[in-house]
Amino acid sequence: MDATILLLLLQDGVVNGAIYALIALSLVLVFTVTRVILIPQGEFVAYGALTLASLEAGTLPGTVPLLLGLGALAFLADCAEARAILTGRVLLRLALRDLALPALVAAAAWFLAPLKPGLLVEILVTLAIVTPMGGFLHAVAFRPLAHASVLVLLIASVGVHLALTGLGLVFFGAEGSRTPPLSEASFPAGPLLVSGQSLWMIGLTLAIIVALWLFFSRTLLGKALIATAVNRLGARLMGIAPSLAGRLSFSVAAFIGALSGVLIAPLTTVYYDTGFLIGLKGFVAAIIGGLASYPAAAAAAILVGIIESVASFEASAFKEVIVFMAIIPVLLWRSLRSAPIEDEE
Amino acid sequence: MTRPMLEAENLVVAYGKVEAVRGVSLTVAPGRLVTVLGANGAGKTTLLNALMGVLPAKGALRFEGDDLMRLPVEARVARGLSLIPERRELFATMSVEDNLKLGAFRFRAKGGGGDLGEMYRLFPRLAERRRQHAGTLSGGERQMLAMARALMGRPRLLMLDEPSLGLAPLIVAEVMRTVARLRDEGVAILLVEQNARAALRIADHGYVLDGGTVVLEGDSRTLQGDARVVETYLGSLSVDEDGPPGRAASGR
Amino acid sequence: MPTRLDPTRLLAALAVVALPVLPGVPPFWLTLMTYAGLSAIVVTGLVVLTGVAGITSFGQAMFVGISAYATALLTTQGGLSPWLSLPVALLLSGMAAWVTGAITLRLSGHYLPLGTIAWNISFFYVLGNTDVLGRYDGLTGLPPITILGHPVLGGAEAMLLTWGFLALCLWLTHRLLRSRTGRAIRALKGGVVAAESFGVDTARVKIVAFVYAGLLAALSGWLYAHIQRAINPTPFGINAGIEYLLMAVIGGAGSIGGGVFGAVLVTVLKDQLQNVLPLVFGTQGNFEAIVFGILLVLMLQRAPDGLWPLIVRRTVSRPPDRGPATAPLSPRPAAAPGTVLLQASNLRKTFGGLVAVNEIGFSVAAGEVVALIGPNGAGKSTTFNLVTGVARLTAGMVRLGDRDVTGLPARRIARLGCARTFQHVKLVAGMSVIENVALGAHLRGSAGPVRGALGLDAAEEAALFAEADRQLARVGLSACRDLPAGSLALGQQRIVEIARALCLGPTLLLLDEPAAGLRHQEKQGLSDLLRRLRQEGLGILLVEHDMDFVMGLADRLVVMNFGAKLCEGAPAAVRRDPAVVEAYLGSAA
Repeated sequence: MDATILLLLLQDGVVNGAIYALIALSLVLVFTVTRVILIPQGEFVAYGALTLASLEAGTLPGTVPLLLGLGALAFLADCAEARAILTGRVLLRLALRDLALPALVAAAAWFLAPLKPGLLVEILVTLAIVTPMGGFLHAVAFRPLAHASVLVLLIASVGVHLALTGLGLVFFGAEGSRTPPLSEASFPAGPLLVSGQSLWMIGLTLAIIVALWLFFSRTLLGKALIATAVNRLGARLMGIAPSLAGRLSFSVAAFIGALSGVLIAPLTTVYYDTGFLIGLKGFVAAIIGGLASYPAAAAAAILVGIIESVASFEASAFKEVIVFMAIIPVLLWRSLRSAPIEDEE
Repeated sequence: MTRPMLEAENLVVAYGKVEAVRGVSLTVAPGRLVTVLGANGAGKTTLLNALMGVLPAKGALRFEGDDLMRLPVEARVARGLSLIPERRELFATMSVEDNLKLGAFRFRAKGGGGDLGEMYRLFPRLAERRRQHAGTLSGGERQMLAMARALMGRPRLLMLDEPSLGLAPLIVAEVMRTVARLRDEGVAILLVEQNARAALRIADHGYVLDGGTVVLEGDSRTLQGDARVVETYLGSLSVDEDGPPGRAASGR
Repeated sequence: MPTRLDPTRLLAALAVVALPVLPGVPPFWLTLMTYAGLSAIVVTGLVVLTGVAGITSFGQAMFVGISAYATALLTTQGGLSPWLSLPVALLLSGMAAWVTGAITLRLSGHYLPLGTIAWNISFFYVLGNTDVLGRYDGLTGLPPITILGHPVLGGAEAMLLTWGFLALCLWLTHRLLRSRTGRAIRALKGGVVAAESFGVDTARVKIVAFVYAGLLAALSGWLYAHIQRAINPTPFGINAGIEYLLMAVIGGAGSIGGGVFGAVLVTVLKDQLQNVLPLVFGTQGNFEAIVFGILLVLMLQRAPDGLWPLIVRRTVSRPPDRGPATAPLSPRPAAAPGTVLLQASNLRKTFGGLVAVNEIGFSVAAGEVVALIGPNGAGKSTTFNLVTGVARLTAGMVRLGDRDVTGLPARRIARLGCARTFQHVKLVAGMSVIENVALGAHLRGSAGPVRGALGLDAAEEAALFAEADRQLARVGLSACRDLPAGSLALGQQRIVEIARALCLGPTLLLLDEPAAGLRHQEKQGLSDLLRRLRQEGLGILLVEHDMDFVMGLADRLVVMNFGAKLCEGAPAAVRRDPAVVEAYLGSAA
């Protein structure tokens, strides 16, 4: 392996790592706020990529009926949750959020899809379709389990992953899709050729990180999310409902997932079940960061990307094995550092 | 007598099969300072948590005439109830100022929450430490922050769970002065305390809890002189006269 | 908690097994029940692991696969008979389980299941990319299992063989859970701290459970390989691993019956869904995954204990009656009255910059009751945890008898005859009272998992239970012997904890708020019991809030405030001490 190849692999690694970083950040966010280990994060990625591909082809994506269905279920779940304070105004608010909003998005998608309005509009529609699913899933699947243990939430999370993957197959079929790059341009940089697409990916990743940082440090809502993560009871006593924090963090995760899908779709063929592996690599990064630290998770994600790209060059058949086994030394290290006995109460 | 602001009737709170609060009734009138006294394990904290909705309870609970029983914690906060829990529950890894801002979360849409400047005037120490993490504060400062954070939510009824816990006597006195001043400004207060003397000095009315029930109730001045208050805290030492404790009853 | 395997139930199970063998049952159902049986063996392991020990694994398919591939290689390339490759396959899977368990079992909750997902996926790719394992095509031409020279070639024979092995696994599991090791595994549900305080090495117990589950998975893999006679990576991928867990959750991971029921139900349901759903939707697809996913979430929301408990009324297991003990446990020699049993000097504990316990010292002698009291937040519980080895000392020294135990973990301190109870009762709610008490005698037995599973521990078990019965009688709760501990009133549960502590054969008894939540009469009873124990020469240290209780019982009081010792002395003197009055009632200033 000479220096040029190494540079090439590093570049590849950083670009892929950027995607894993986005996923790792949303996983840390969801876990710290809700204690849910969000296995279905990968499905948001696949849904994002395939929804865009389907709009690109001028057809109405299968995720649109899913959005409407999830919205309806979330409406029922929300009504049940709020039954003690179910006034006309509350009902109206819930109906707007759970029924009217998805209907509006669906109508826009239905109207725009055959027109092939161009990549930018299609990306916006894709984000509008996938993002609300996060909140709806939280209301339907996880909020009723708010008092369950992390383990039970994890099993439920795997259940949601199974269902969403199965639905992905129904909506998008077994064939994979690829979308055109965000930019065809490429720039020479020394021995390398940097594609416009990879610049877009790194740029958008940085933009998202900056946006998240601004959200958490400058807005009361962002601080409320951190507060819930830091001290759930304390947050409730300030009137910050765990369900609000949960819905918000799930929506952010779905948004980031969909955007990751949009970014990765031009690089690789995405199938209905590709998201799971991509999501798990985000997990490897998040676990290395202890599921708690954002900077550590982001740095680990870049590392995972680089390990993956070097592994795929050296032993392509075993690249997944090498990436997943990367967590073993980390787990060992954490295991040796952990307290010998403690009750989780 | 004005209409009570908070009215609890026959409140029962159970952990599994164990009833920690066994049929407590109490009222707080607007603008009054009511204290609930009792030894450790008497059920005071459980009672407050039930009033706030942190723990499920049976019985009746009304706030300004509205039924509270089925409302979750957040909805009770929205109506103007506020609890400063025994463990303070601050946001340890966030700055003092962020903690305070979050105190006004319930006003985020409509405005009208507490004023940061006012809090810093009330608790000058917090102004000095506004950028510090809440977790780095001393015990007394934590209690100040917990109070200021609660006040940012402009509570109509403020419930305090052992604000003197773990604080040196000088700081206890300061905390109590602050509580009394809040009452004077019109906030109704329910104060749970182990420090009976300090609490009774500033309270208008008191309840004494033992074994999860109210064993004494009355005007705070009456309670101050009641020997039974001392007994609930330090035991009756009934075997004192029979010789060395314990051995006498061991059946030899 | 395993349900009882009484003869009628076993007969009913056998009838169900025999039913399809009756003439006229389509071979298709025989195959389906074979698969259900194979899954049930794996899920039985998961019952021990997840339902009883509380450890979740998504990766059991890997242990199935290791064994299947091992036996495939050994029999096709090595020419071994399947019976000879079985021990090798079991050994390999068992070792893999031991290694993976050793890496992650000490970590808190969620790392292990995440780890299992990662290595099961890796395992799948290793299988699919290794030439000697036949890559994604797998290995073919495996010999069938032969019994007395007769090859088992599918159909009813394969089903009977599978269910025969399943019955064996159920029997072993049933025995294991009932044994000394089984009680230790079940005790994990009552909290790690409680188990450690009675000398259970919880890390080791978790690994035992993990390896046991791995061995059952290996058995299933071996059977599968030789019944199917060709293998490929697909049935050993992560989805299979998730499916095993789904079976356990749907059936009910808390009981052996639930595991088997879940395995049968999911296997049949999956087959039916695969037939029906494509007709409904008109296209091919992975519809059963959608249904299973939704089902999993709904089960967790609506029936977290699974379906089995809704079908079968739960009975609390009754330990087998082992008759009178032939060799009762020898009691620990009582210390002479006045001998110092516990000497704590200059104890100090800081959390960050906060001093929780500051230079505390006291002693407890044989035949005396010492009470540690003080207002809320004074540092009593922390002091208690320092003495019992649950929390680590920042500075200071603890001696038990003439041994320095500073820094020793709880389970080593337990060995020296120091037993304790807990402020928040830590009994295993679903386990019978007598078995909870018998856990206290854990250190007085020695039978391991193998002796337990094979039933070679009868004499020792008889002695342990005789001791447990004796201690239960001593505290006057013999009538509650076979009730689930969780069904008792709190006061009785506290007394059960004392019986459990006495089962250790202690010279020193540490009680953390024994009177909290007790009614007046119960307090009286507890007080009488502690007086009797004191008379028998035990040293007793108690942390207590209830002053009436303490004043009437203790010989000496140690009063704490702000983490430091305020004073020490006889109850009457302490009660009159102005500093104590001020600590409790606040300053009069």
